Amino acid sequence: MSVVTEDPSIHALRADVSRRKLFDLAFVILGLVVLFASLLVLLVLFLDLVVKGAPRLNWDFVTSFASRKPENAGILSAWIGTTLIMVVTACVAMPIGVAAAIYLEEYAPKNWFTAIIEINVTNLAGVPSIIYGLLALGLFVYKFSLGQSIAAAGLTLALLILPIVIVATREAVRAVPRAIREAAYALGATRWEVTAHHVLPYSMGGVLTGMIIGLSRAIGETAPIITIGALSFIAFLPSPPVTGEFPFLSFAWLKDSFTAMPIQMFNWVSRPDPGFRVNAAAAGAILLGMTLLMNGVAIWLRYRFRKRINW
Amino acid sequence: MAASPSPGAGRIETERLKVAVHGERAAAAATSVKARASNLSFYYGNVQALKNLDIEISDKRVTALIGPSGCGKSTFLRCFNRMHDLTPMTRYEGSIRLFPDDIDLISKDVDPIEVRMRIGMVFQKPNPFPKSIFENVAYGLRVRGMRSKAQIEEHVEKALREAAIWDEVKDRLHTSGLSLSGGQQQRVCIARALATNPEILLFDEPTSALDPIATARIEELITALRGRVTVLIVTHNMQQAARVSDYTAFMYLGELVEFDVTSKLFTNPAKKATEDYITGRYG
Repeated sequence: MSVVTEDPSIHALRADVSRRKLFDLAFVILGLVVLFASLLVLLVLFLDLVVKGAPRLNWDFVTSFASRKPENAGILSAWIGTTLIMVVTACVAMPIGVAAAIYLEEYAPKNWFTAIIEINVTNLAGVPSIIYGLLALGLFVYKFSLGQSIAAAGLTLALLILPIVIVATREAVRAVPRAIREAAYALGATRWEVTAHHVLPYSMGGVLTGMIIGLSRAIGETAPIITIGALSFIAFLPSPPVTGEFPFLSFAWLKDSFTAMPIQMFNWVSRPDPGFRVNAAAAGAILLGMTLLMNGVAIWLRYRFRKRINW
Repeated sequence: MAASPSPGAGRIETERLKVAVHGERAAAAATSVKARASNLSFYYGNVQALKNLDIEISDKRVTALIGPSGCGKSTFLRCFNRMHDLTPMTRYEGSIRLFPDDIDLISKDVDPIEVRMRIGMVFQKPNPFPKSIFENVAYGLRVRGMRSKAQIEEHVEKALREAAIWDEVKDRLHTSGLSLSGGQQQRVCIARALATNPEILLFDEPTSALDPIATARIEELITALRGRVTVLIVTHNMQQAARVSDYTAFMYLGELVEFDVTSKLFTNPAKKATEDYITGRYG
């Protein structure tokens, strides 16, 4: 630049560029501040639970039933209940949600009827969860006579996360380029073949991510399962899903009564004895840990599925 | 069709701004007719994209479609494998008869799946599936219910050889099709279309996303397909049409302006519009 003469206007140009780049910098700083602030809140919350619950965070706590004495109480029936409910939720929400999304994206004609369905699906994601609880109480517990069972709770939470699964699956399916669909159609594939051989496998990462985000939401839900009548004090386990004799699988547990992690926490928090508050903190830390673990699995799955696919 | 149209018939058709290659000209043709579009119109909703096209596609020859952007050449091409059926609110009129069995490709009674199993297509942008090279080429065979591993392998190798890419990929058939360069991807896509022995192969601007060397290889490949399969190619590159095709159709605003032997159309076009286009006055 310093060769012969330097046009003075170049200085003005550079000053202008630097000034405009200040906004870039300002936005980056703002973004980082917001990001770290929210992460910090979560971290503080988690550490607080861990520190407060530290005296009870041991193996005994995980393998003990509820008890009247805080030092003997554990979360065995709660975490097993939660796990079984999640199994039911996943088994119901995944096929129905994915099928609904595939139908809406790939098959349904675009008309006012499907438009109404789409709007309603999106709106359902915003319905308060207690409403789902009331619906489930009337429908699953009484009408279908499922009682206050794991099946009823699983179905309720499946309804709750269905919109999340549908919306996430539709996004994932829509991300498959039209060119790929056309390539398959041009080879003589039917709509079902295009969907089953291409669209669904290629969007599986997004589908599973949506599924796990849905389950992460469901795992912490308290209101709907209290509404359908979860017990807060259970000193027995549901019947085991795997048995020693033929056919080795049993579904009796579906009809068993249950408790779940958030309910156990809720119950302990409302007790006057401060010992139970320690238990609640410990249970909270474990529940948060379960959620983080599920999200970790989602990230890993997405990575695995998208590694080979870059359009 | 004949190399030179009879002057009288040609003049009448000039006035209608379209070229119908019928009657005595078809009878005089050197090769048989593979497909004949008659009075073909196509609509996107209420917009008419193709206007009463009449054209004959010669068997095992290369026919090029040229014309400025938006003239309807891709729309026309996509009628042949019923690709428009995937878009709602579209409508065909007229007929495209496929020979020798004389079925109407665009008839409602003919299943588009059947049409697409007989007529292959190569797209503008290479679009391999995110699967292995082998699975890409094998897909058409699998859709047709071929199960024997040996048989599939044999067909895949044959198709890859025909698409002049076998030597480049034979050692990595099981790596992703997306790991190849754009030109290689496009040749894999051609192999994928060839694997099922299509009667007609449609090319929709197959080289517009490729560099000159990759383009040259695709053009060589298309030239090599002549005599083996009927090729219909849309191109915005007039030199390409001149290099690879036996017949060229010039389209403008949804109409077929002129259709003739390639050398004749480029050296001695009958229509003013054609001459203006090939000399670069518009488009």
